[in-house]
Amino acid sequence: MKKNQDSTKIFTRRSLIVGALQVSCLAILGGRLAWLQVSQGARYRTLSDKNRINIKMLAPSRGQIVDRFGVPLAVNNQNFRVLIVPEQTDDIQKSLRALQNFIEIEEGDIQKVLKQASRSPKFVPLEVKDDLSWEDVAKIEVNLPDLPGLSIDVGEIRAYPYGVSTAHIVGYVSSVSKTEVGKDPVLTLPGFKVGKTGIEKKFDLDMRGRHGNSEVEVNVIGREVQELNRDDSKAGKRVVLTIDGELQRFSQARLDQEKSASAVIMDAHTGAVYSLASSPSFDPNIFTKGLSAAMWEELLADPGHPLTNKAIAGQYPPGSTFKMVTALAALEAGLITSHQTSFCSGHYDYGTGSDRFHCWKRGGHGTVNLIDALTQSCDVYFYEISTKVGIDKIAAMARRLGLGQKLDFDLKEERPGLMPDKGWKMGRFGEVWRPGETIVASIGQGYIQTTPLQLAIMTARLINGGYEVKPWMTGYVGDRPSVDTKWPKMELNKWHLDLITKGMNRVVNHEKGTARGSKIETPGMQMGGKTGTAQVRRITMKQRAEGVLNADLPWKSRHHALFVGYAPVHKPRYVCSVVVEHGGGGSSSAAPLAKDLLVETQKRDPAATPLQLEKRA
Amino acid sequence: MTGAITIHSEQSFLRKVRQLNWGLMVLITLVACVGFTALYSAAGGNFSPWASKQLVRFCVGAVIMIAIALTDIRLWYRLSWPCYVVGIILLIAVEVMGHIGMGAQRWIDLGFMQLQPSEVMKIAVVMVLARYFHSATLEDMRSIRFLIVPCLIILAPVALVLLQPDLGTSLMIVMAGGAMFFIAGASLWIFGIAFVAVAASVPVTWHFLHDYQKQRILTFLDPESDPLGAGYHIMQSKIALGSGGMEGKGFLQGTQSHLNFLPEKQTDFIFTLWAEEWGLFGGLVLLGLFGLIFLYGLWISTRSRHHYGRYLALGLSVNFSLYVFINIAMVMGLIPVVGAPLPLVSYGGTAMLAVLVGFGLIMSCNVYRDSKVTRV
Repeated sequence: MKKNQDSTKIFTRRSLIVGALQVSCLAILGGRLAWLQVSQGARYRTLSDKNRINIKMLAPSRGQIVDRFGVPLAVNNQNFRVLIVPEQTDDIQKSLRALQNFIEIEEGDIQKVLKQASRSPKFVPLEVKDDLSWEDVAKIEVNLPDLPGLSIDVGEIRAYPYGVSTAHIVGYVSSVSKTEVGKDPVLTLPGFKVGKTGIEKKFDLDMRGRHGNSEVEVNVIGREVQELNRDDSKAGKRVVLTIDGELQRFSQARLDQEKSASAVIMDAHTGAVYSLASSPSFDPNIFTKGLSAAMWEELLADPGHPLTNKAIAGQYPPGSTFKMVTALAALEAGLITSHQTSFCSGHYDYGTGSDRFHCWKRGGHGTVNLIDALTQSCDVYFYEISTKVGIDKIAAMARRLGLGQKLDFDLKEERPGLMPDKGWKMGRFGEVWRPGETIVASIGQGYIQTTPLQLAIMTARLINGGYEVKPWMTGYVGDRPSVDTKWPKMELNKWHLDLITKGMNRVVNHEKGTARGSKIETPGMQMGGKTGTAQVRRITMKQRAEGVLNADLPWKSRHHALFVGYAPVHKPRYVCSVVVEHGGGGSSSAAPLAKDLLVETQKRDPAATPLQLEKRA
Repeated sequence: MTGAITIHSEQSFLRKVRQLNWGLMVLITLVACVGFTALYSAAGGNFSPWASKQLVRFCVGAVIMIAIALTDIRLWYRLSWPCYVVGIILLIAVEVMGHIGMGAQRWIDLGFMQLQPSEVMKIAVVMVLARYFHSATLEDMRSIRFLIVPCLIILAPVALVLLQPDLGTSLMIVMAGGAMFFIAGASLWIFGIAFVAVAASVPVTWHFLHDYQKQRILTFLDPESDPLGAGYHIMQSKIALGSGGMEGKGFLQGTQSHLNFLPEKQTDFIFTLWAEEWGLFGGLVLLGLFGLIFLYGLWISTRSRHHYGRYLALGLSVNFSLYVFINIAMVMGLIPVVGAPLPLVSYGGTAMLAVLVGFGLIMSCNVYRDSKVTRV
């Protein structure tokens, strides 16, 4: 019995020790819990948030581009896509086959989806087809119960309602290239597009907008569980152009009647461009949908260079449209008067007669003064005065009028052209300028290169009373006006400018004028202007002797046809320049074109309505 | 007169019911309720698939527990060896015909439930040892020869469980057995010898460990070295606990658990889920409930007038507390990850049943604390 009591005593002692140990263990656990949750709580809370929160970027809506009346030139269309979520269907292949009963899907696309599905998590939606038509969307929506795992999703796709007509102005957007991926994280969004040419490129950053963020809670395998926080994206800025969309469509269609041509219509006083067309053009909508290599090759191989905006990047000798420059240079230098005459015998012999320069009219024009020379485009008159003025003064006047230089236009594709002088030749070839080259330059041949845009500016400065306008096309970016149109007045004699204008008036409206065939009969809409024919290659003595007609030459060797014009003559408002590549003669192909454009412009009269900043209702 | 029936001062049924430890049952139910709540949350606010099943199992288990508690302890005394033998046979059977589960063979499918023989063994070992030590004298407890048999009693199932292989459970059996030695009054130097023997066998044991077991120990030693590999579970569990903070993230708001960053949230890591949602406050409440249960078991064991009852009650109570400690210490990153559920809280049929059977026996020790238990 005593033994039993002893062992009971031991048991009691040991059971108390066990109890104490248990309590201490619990205390240790409690302490550890408190340490983790209180002392280390903040640290682990951060880790926990990092675990579960994924920040997802929300693509901003790209800013619209609209014309001067608020008519959209570049918009974001809804892009309907059909997606499949593999985990929502028992048999992905079966679902896709079922879809084929309703809409057309290529076999290759189905194989692509199946391949993607095998490589990505089951909950990730895969794109089966995009850019669905309304009909297809309706068909799928109605039959969704029979299409497990499939759903319709709406995204945005850039669209250009005017298509080919505005392709060279608006440009296009396309996928981000590797070199463009920079600091803006939005560029990493799948399917994000950036401006590649035209206004789309120039104001890409403004129109891009700011991306939003969506904080989503994700589980351990990355599936989104719920949205915690949302910071909506901010749409890009709207760009308002000075372009008149319908006028642009008209001029594009008119130019498309020629093989390759370009034209600029602008405001003589403000410099605002109403139309800037280059033909042939291309459909920018094909770029947003992804261009096939074959289509791209085709565009590049086209001899009409559809991807080049010839109105600003095409560089041509100005031909006789340059004669106003030579004339004004001589007048301003005080070397000629309006009464002074020259005799045109059909050719001009410089110096000892070794160099003979021909007038375009074989028999010659007889005795002509400045007005007559402009009206009939007599070459000999300008040959003669150019030898008195010299190339440097002519070149300086050309530059004052906007030729041979970039004009800070809104499109980066703008080219400078070239206005040569003595210094230029020395620097370029290390040779002295020869007097014969001045004679050639006086009628806009030789080294001189100008763009249709420069020719339009030259015309504007001549007929607007001598204001140094510059071309512009962007009215507003967001609600910020882009140009101050108070142009400085150039130091030109008004009397001299009036003489030039009178000459240009007669080119069209005088019975001897070279463009008399293109006279606008509508009262109050008459235009003035100047024809130009630019040689692409030298006419050989043999050809001249044989009387080879320009029309018989291969297309590539024919002359460029040019015309610069303005209207109405009594109160000039609009100027227009036209270049028809290898079009033959300025009077035969360029002037009629300019006539059509200026008639349409005056009918629409875009200058009468100020730029619309607000959206049209 | 009903004297013939009440010889040996047999108690009336009503008296026995009154002797049941209703306080202990309330504590057990509260802990089980923590489990239901956590399982409801683990399923994202659903009773299925876990909480409802667990509730049914608890009710069935509670009935069994009460039935066991009301059964004469002398029957359990007599059944100690048979239980042990059955347990050993089941362990062997599981080796032979067991199903594959979690890379180790641990189950016997009985049709209506999957029986885990190691769970049976945990109780059977305590019962047999209690019975063996019941009649031991102080001298016996100091004699190595007397203690050879209980050592074998422990090592036989340990060896079989190791074969499964289930390192965690075998260690648990060793520890529970060791506790029984201590409670029954074995000399302290015997523990000294045992400690030295274990220390000496560590390198040998290491050699026989499976790769995943080695990995678990290595990971435990430096969990943050490989956050996406083997240390991932511990890291995520600590993040879940720590981010719960003082007040917790709120019921059903445990992001770590609901977003599946937490592995096996309904079983081994249920404490993490609980403490993530209910914070330090909830965690301490649960620990407190467990503490009260331990003390209750201790109190019952000291009230018993016979050694069998004392040893059995305290042995089972210690066994229970070991599970609690090991599970919670594991999810807190204090010890390596061993596959040990949190008793009464974790989802699992056999474990729930085994724990309630254990408490049935403990209560039986209380109800029959005055019975004369003699050797048969």
